[in-house]
Amino acid sequence: MAERSEDSEEVKLLGMWASPFSRRIEIALTLKGVPYEFSEQDITNKSDLLLRLNPVYKMIPVLVHNGKPISESLVILEYIDDTWRNNPILPQDPSERAMARFWAKLIDQQICVAAMKVAGTIGEERDAAVEETRNLLMFLEKELVGKDFFGGQSLGLVDIVATLVAFWLIRTEDLLGVKVVPVEKFPEIHRWVKNLSGNDVIKKCIPPEDEHLEYIRARMDKLNIKSA
Amino acid sequence: MASGEVKLIGAWASPFVMRPRVALNLKSVPYEFLQETFGSKSELLLKSNPVHKKIPVLLHADKPVCESNIIVEYIDETWSSSGPSLLPSLPYDRAMARFWAAYIDEKWFVALRNFLKAEGEEEKKAVIAEFEEGNALLEKAFIDCSKGKPFFNGDHIGYLDISLGSFLAWLRVTELAASYKLLDEAKTPSLCKWADHFCNDPAVKPVMPETAKLAEFAKKIFAKPQA
Repeated sequence: MAERSEDSEEVKLLGMWASPFSRRIEIALTLKGVPYEFSEQDITNKSDLLLRLNPVYKMIPVLVHNGKPISESLVILEYIDDTWRNNPILPQDPSERAMARFWAKLIDQQICVAAMKVAGTIGEERDAAVEETRNLLMFLEKELVGKDFFGGQSLGLVDIVATLVAFWLIRTEDLLGVKVVPVEKFPEIHRWVKNLSGNDVIKKCIPPEDEHLEYIRARMDKLNIKSA
Repeated sequence: MASGEVKLIGAWASPFVMRPRVALNLKSVPYEFLQETFGSKSELLLKSNPVHKKIPVLLHADKPVCESNIIVEYIDETWSSSGPSLLPSLPYDRAMARFWAAYIDEKWFVALRNFLKAEGEEEKKAVIAEFEEGNALLEKAFIDCSKGKPFFNGDHIGYLDISLGSFLAWLRVTELAASYKLLDEAKTPSLCKWADHFCNDPAVKPVMPETAKLAEFAKKIFAKPQA
């Protein structure tokens, strides 16, 4: 029988091994036991495939399912939850769903931006960025009280999105030369990171630490950012 | 549970506030509209949205829901048995609605705001080009999503219609101020037809700011302080 790959149930993910936005899609697919083909993309030299599948933003990740592309990681995560109903990543209750979406948006649109400012600035500007990041993280800190994960007893949307904080911000603090998330100020977040680090799906889907730090160090050198 | 008092903290001129108002109307949910005074924030607002301190905030049995598009989804999920669904039923169509709604807020609206702020011919030309590029994308998105029906969501107004339609009054005010047609029948005929349908819908008419009143308000809030 001839292969009709356009109509197949196949799931393909165009991603990048060091990107938090790409890794979060891998976490969701793995959580739900969805087999997928991973296509590593060179974001410094974008492929025709990527430009064709995401003409609006020309960015990874892009999920292709039944031949149709979907972009924007939060949109993809909701699509995955809508399509594969086992191990839901969003809660059932509408007000809890609204809260999960709210925190996910805060992480991507504000915490992520503030954290990038920490990496990209020095002196007073950096101090201000650190304070801004901490003020925003304090909301997440309070959310975790009495919970193993943001999703309760198991991983949910906010945990998946917040891996950005655990494995891209906290993990790179030594390189950045500033403890943005000190354990004395953020005991709950550190407890949560420990819980994440012990989870099989997370362990499987996050970038290996040594290679990841090497990659970031190289990028910082390239961008002339002083690494500690 | 769909029971419990519904209140909405907002302001008549805000396009973001208009979104949940249209959604509540579509679902025939009565609510108390708590208007904020321009320039100050009430205790209730600060308490209900401590993270952003912004409107709109929906209070359902005193539980707050924040962020306009998130509130619209909350309304759709809570009053799911009342009125038409605000999001399409197929996961891929839902993804498209969410994708374009995010694009509208993060790119299209930003271009509209830049147009208002642009000074000088060069800058204005660049912003117009960016804005029209966005319009072309939305024209195509409308054709793809609507599949021949009057709205992005099909037969009835939905999440994406609300997300874009809430900006129409401000778009008109900007067109008047700049003497430039930002939504042009020649360039985006489908969007223009859609805009007409949207503005005439009974769920939208009572909450769409009147252009003249909004233009007055815009003059007031954007007035440059006298030297």
